[in-house]
Amino acid sequence: MRITVTVDGTSYTDDVEPRTLLVHHLRERLGKVGTVVGCDTSNCGACTVHLDGHSVKSCSVLAVQADGSEITTIEGLARDGQLHPVQQAFHDNHALQCGFCTPGMIMQSIDLLADNPEPDEHAVREGLEGNLCRCTGYQNIVKAVRDAADHMRPGAGPEAERVDEATGSRTASSVGGGGE
Amino acid sequence: MTATAEPEVGKARLRKEDARLITGRTRWTDNMSLPGMVHLAVLRSTMAHARIVNIDTSAAKEKPGVLAVYTGDDLDPGGAIGMPCAWPITPDMKSPRRPVLAQGTVNFAGEGVAVVVARSAAEAEDALADIDVDYEELPVVLGLENALAEGAPLVHEELGTNRNALWKFDSGEAGSGGDVEEAISQAEVVLKRRFRQQRLVPAFMEPRSVVVDPTAAQLTMWSSTQVPHILKTMSALTLGLPEHKIRVIAPDVGGGFGGKIAVLPEEIMALLVAQKTGKPVKWTESRSETMTAAHHGRDQIQDLTIAATRDGRVTGLKVELLADMGAYLGLVGPGVPILGAFMFNAIYKIPAYHFACTNVFTNTTLTDAYRGAGRPEATFGIERIMDELAAELGIEPMELRRKNWITHEEFPYTTVSTLTYDSGNYEAATDKAMRLFDYEGLRREQRERRERNDPVQLGIGISTFTEMCGLAPSRVLGSLDYGAGGWEHAAIRMLPTGKVEVITGSSAHGQGHETAWSQIVSDQLGIPFEDIEVLHGDTHSSPKGLDTYGSRSLAVGGIAVVKASEKVVAKAKKIAAHMMECAEDDLEFAEGKFTVAGTDRSTAIQEVAFAAFMAHDLPEGVEPSLDSEAVYDPENFSFPHGTHLCATEIDTETGRVRLRSYVCVDDVGKVVNPVIVEGQMHGGLAQGIAQALFEEAVFDEGGTLTSGTFADYLLPSAADLPSFTTDRTETPSTTNPLGVKGVGEAGTIASTPAVINAIVDALRPYGVTDVEMPATPMRVWRAIHTGETAAGGPGAEAGGGLGSIDANRGGAQ
Repeated sequence: MRITVTVDGTSYTDDVEPRTLLVHHLRERLGKVGTVVGCDTSNCGACTVHLDGHSVKSCSVLAVQADGSEITTIEGLARDGQLHPVQQAFHDNHALQCGFCTPGMIMQSIDLLADNPEPDEHAVREGLEGNLCRCTGYQNIVKAVRDAADHMRPGAGPEAERVDEATGSRTASSVGGGGE
Repeated sequence: MTATAEPEVGKARLRKEDARLITGRTRWTDNMSLPGMVHLAVLRSTMAHARIVNIDTSAAKEKPGVLAVYTGDDLDPGGAIGMPCAWPITPDMKSPRRPVLAQGTVNFAGEGVAVVVARSAAEAEDALADIDVDYEELPVVLGLENALAEGAPLVHEELGTNRNALWKFDSGEAGSGGDVEEAISQAEVVLKRRFRQQRLVPAFMEPRSVVVDPTAAQLTMWSSTQVPHILKTMSALTLGLPEHKIRVIAPDVGGGFGGKIAVLPEEIMALLVAQKTGKPVKWTESRSETMTAAHHGRDQIQDLTIAATRDGRVTGLKVELLADMGAYLGLVGPGVPILGAFMFNAIYKIPAYHFACTNVFTNTTLTDAYRGAGRPEATFGIERIMDELAAELGIEPMELRRKNWITHEEFPYTTVSTLTYDSGNYEAATDKAMRLFDYEGLRREQRERRERNDPVQLGIGISTFTEMCGLAPSRVLGSLDYGAGGWEHAAIRMLPTGKVEVITGSSAHGQGHETAWSQIVSDQLGIPFEDIEVLHGDTHSSPKGLDTYGSRSLAVGGIAVVKASEKVVAKAKKIAAHMMECAEDDLEFAEGKFTVAGTDRSTAIQEVAFAAFMAHDLPEGVEPSLDSEAVYDPENFSFPHGTHLCATEIDTETGRVRLRSYVCVDDVGKVVNPVIVEGQMHGGLAQGIAQALFEEAVFDEGGTLTSGTFADYLLPSAADLPSFTTDRTETPSTTNPLGVKGVGEAGTIASTPAVINAIVDALRPYGVTDVEMPATPMRVWRAIHTGETAAGGPGAEAGGGLGSIDANRGGAQ
């Protein structure tokens, strides 16, 4: 099947097998190896990306389902050499060690902050429940997410990612801008 | 040691490593793609024990994209290749050959049976379904005591036994203490306990991956490994390849925790297939493969006997272990439980000690190093039985520890297991921890809850621990029959422009060596932190090393960096003296400058590096280079210690355990980077707590791993863990110039018994004296009710025995 996806601002058109997972399409066809695979049961969240403004585990989406969509990966977050505030916060708070879970953890954290701009510790822990880390014990990750929230204007995540209170839905857009 | 105005060592530097990791510019092995590369997929046995009658690969070979399918006999027709075990713990240790792919029999579910080579990973995976293996079932051996029972079926028929080895230490025989049987027979109080260390999965986040390129000048292997240098030498030895024709690269490695200390059949397989096909090959495992095929950790039954006086002085300790090796021996597997031999006596002055460990084969995934390797098991055993002894004697558990631990005036102290602890201050760490924890306040609350029969009971768990880090003095490893030394290598390259490359044989996979080593070198040479690049993990750039495990990197590898720096300064001093036309003895080196004593004349080390590069005017006989290297062999282990305190709230109606607070005060000696140290503590605590509460590798009666995915194996998430209070005291190690000790495993070693002690402490009024790990709500609830059934009696039964686990029948059932 022929699909077109826009990944980190670049449009790609490819023929893919219908069974191809989005994460494999990203890694193997498009060379977007910043997004990684940590498990085969959708538990670890290492492959988390944003699909039309929502975080998804890219191992749980078929590439063909992403046809026509905009995808942001960890590689597309920094703009003009400027780290996204969540990336910066992960560095500032030593929220990573081996760094393998980090792409997914950061993408999920941005999504969490888009939904809840001022999460308390409990909300961060619950919001990251689907992303596993074996190195940090999560303490500095939680700290980083709350630190990022402090550094961003309320609703820091990309404007378009926030749930519209009235409609309860989000609008699709290019996501992951550098801290607007 | 020289120092810049503000020393780098001790500074809370943010990590250099992060820049690429937070932006996705990573170099995981699986990211690698080479021209013409083909992919491997391994067919794994679904049977735990069976004879292979036939393997039909013909249909698989016809599948689209498939280049070849190989069985063990195809890759190794003579059956000559055996995966290496580097630790023959006794001369008569039984060591079965572990083939690259099963030949004749399969001995655990997950063992490789055949490998498909195809153009894509998906095509290789697809073709696995078309391989037809005809198995003839053999009886499955599971559980430590079952395996040792009279008439038990054998994992390896040809060995005639499931007993791998028996390793003993006896203080009476060694002359380091008294006779333990005598101590027990004369004791006022003797207590026996059986504890179980369940089997765990290391669960590094990056699945293992190997790429081999046979088209390069050297046969080049990228691998997600902790041990690139060991892998290079072992690959040469295992396959008879010339070592100088092999290059191994550990690029970015996504965690290890001991789980990547190995030489994998898949690495050897990739080397063989790459040579056979002449093409670059890649193997990347799925998580489900990791769970069954990568080595597991722990899995012991511990029988402890402790002897004491009525007033709480420990007079003897006898430790008898059964340790499950799985179906084969891993690279250092047999030695893992033996490391515990030196740690059961822990921080205590125990006059008589006996340790015996029987290693056992079963039809399960092999076990090997997992964070702490032998020391968490020992710490758990001693800290649990100290609490049991305290209860038996009616002595406050911390008081009992105080009565028996080595006081700070007594260092250096040679223990009953013959190690000499150089430094420590258990009182200081304990006092600080008790203050931060509000020990007295929580004890008060515990009494109140007990008095009012609160359905939520409070428990306080203690773990006062030490460990041996900095593996290891080579002579000690020699005395333990380990197949290598324990030194580490470092080199420093002074570049013409004044920048520095530091080469280390330590192989980081999340630890932050690039940052920490830069801090060390910055202080040593007076070069700015930013001007230093640390190179590691590639046998081209880092030609020599013994890699990263056992909390050895800083205490051994970091000291090698210091020693290499000292050589650079010594070399530079000669040239600087020549440049400034003075005697070497007149020069002082500080903050990166050689200054003529008593003057303001100075030359920066960067200028000396440039002069050495130009070499136009060097003193007679001096080579034009400041580059230096050093190999450092530690004179002793280092001995971090600490006091961990855990408060649990237990809902006695549901068995749910909530960690109310966790405080630890660790003494890891001098700290190079407090941010990194704190991060190591957090991660270590999470893993140790996970052993206590969540994780377990469970086999069914047929030997199938039923907790074989992340959906079944309970790795804690952020929602499952609390925030920890971590703090430090600092007693420098006296056996290395930085005074450092090591921190990589401390949290894991200390935390497991703290949690279980807290659970048992909460439930002691219910007659509970143990809860097996992981202490799930079901087990805790059962323990409470077993106690009640015994009408407030001693509650001698453990709370386990649920699910597929029964301690009375051995380990992994």
